[in-house]
Amino acid sequence: MIERKLRLLVTFHTTAGAMAMEKRCKAQGVPGRLIPVPRSITADCGMAWRAELEQRRALETITADLDVDSFYELIC
Amino acid sequence: MIYLDNAATTLHKPECVIQAVVQAMQSMGNSGRSAHEEALTASRVIFDTREKLARLFRCARPDHVIFTANSTEALNIAIAGALSEGDHVISTDCEHNSVLRPLYRHGNVDFVPAGKDGTVNYNSFTELIKSNTRAIVCTHASNLTGNVLDIARIGQIAHANGLLFIVDASQTAGVFPVDMERMHIDVLCFTGHKSLLGPQGTGGLCVAEGVELRPWKVGGTGVQTYLEHQPEQYPTRLEAGTLNGHGIAGLSAALDYIAEVGIDSIRQQEQMLARRFYEGVAGIDGVTVYGDFSTTDRAPIVSLNVLDYDSSEVSDVLAQEYGIATRPGAHCAPRLHRALGTVEQGAVRFSFSHFNTESEVDTAIAAIREVAK
Repeated sequence: MIERKLRLLVTFHTTAGAMAMEKRCKAQGVPGRLIPVPRSITADCGMAWRAELEQRRALETITADLDVDSFYELIC
Repeated sequence: MIYLDNAATTLHKPECVIQAVVQAMQSMGNSGRSAHEEALTASRVIFDTREKLARLFRCARPDHVIFTANSTEALNIAIAGALSEGDHVISTDCEHNSVLRPLYRHGNVDFVPAGKDGTVNYNSFTELIKSNTRAIVCTHASNLTGNVLDIARIGQIAHANGLLFIVDASQTAGVFPVDMERMHIDVLCFTGHKSLLGPQGTGGLCVAEGVELRPWKVGGTGVQTYLEHQPEQYPTRLEAGTLNGHGIAGLSAALDYIAEVGIDSIRQQEQMLARRFYEGVAGIDGVTVYGDFSTTDRAPIVSLNVLDYDSSEVSDVLAQEYGIATRPGAHCAPRLHRALGTVEQGAVRFSFSHFNTESEVDTAIAAIREVAK
């Protein structure tokens, strides 16, 4: 069984955007990881950064100058 | 074998480059096609390489570094993506066919002429500007003569006149400093397998912020799948299909190597070897050397002819009897051969890597002396 809970998801227009996000989060010690983008967000492919809800502020700061598509709160 | 055909491709790659390709072939999935560790490994390597290239060329954004198979593909993307029907474009006689053919296909192009020594008059760029001129496309250094063009000066002319500036850095990337911001370069096209010391099948273009190039090829991107057109965001905008991740991993290692050894150190070594060769052959009776050697700021290339011999024959004798690899013929540079008056004979090109030695240069000088007897 797949366990789900309400989480924060950040989506990107490009793979490069996702990789820039991962690199910056790792450098700053902000937890989370890249996952295949849930199809409830978009049927398009790509990656999303999955993190806990309390990381929102840190992630908004980190992504200020990155090529981010959207932030979502989603059970996944 | 003494390999002096480094302007075509560098044969001697640093060991770290070879190891990086082997490791990539054992560990990398397809970048951007999933989020499992193997796919992420590929995506990380590719993104890191974008960052390294952005630093090397002073490109403002790593996501504006686009990977292609080589300079030719990059130049096709840049030229087709920047120019619209009716746009006038300025280039030079010094260009390689990778610039010339895309421009001939576009049409409406004027060329800054090259003199007998392959140099250009910079005032000619300004004189050729028309009301519908859209861009200047030019090489940083000639692959035939080794003459370096003052791209900072040409960039200033382009910038002052509101023109796009597209630069072919095939012969200089990794050896000569390139600063997109300071030199007003809008699109910098490079290949990975020459002086960047990476594998063949790597290359790309760096696009300045605010420069919009129409996609030249479209297709699979791993993102925005249900869009019927190519995604608008760089680098995906100009990249369709699986990237050469294995090659890019090698290029990444090569960039580390170059950073460690230092561009200045590599350039000084190569220029020293090329100058030594030039001084050794220039005085030999029957030898004609092409290019402007009044300056030492040159790409490490020396092209010459011996007596009235066909350059193909001389190159073949050097390979077969002396074990020296050179490039004869026209070097994909038809306009410059016309300017030099060498269409019939071609020329024998010697091009140097910092891995070459003074002893190899001296052997090549001795070989030319014998052939010229």
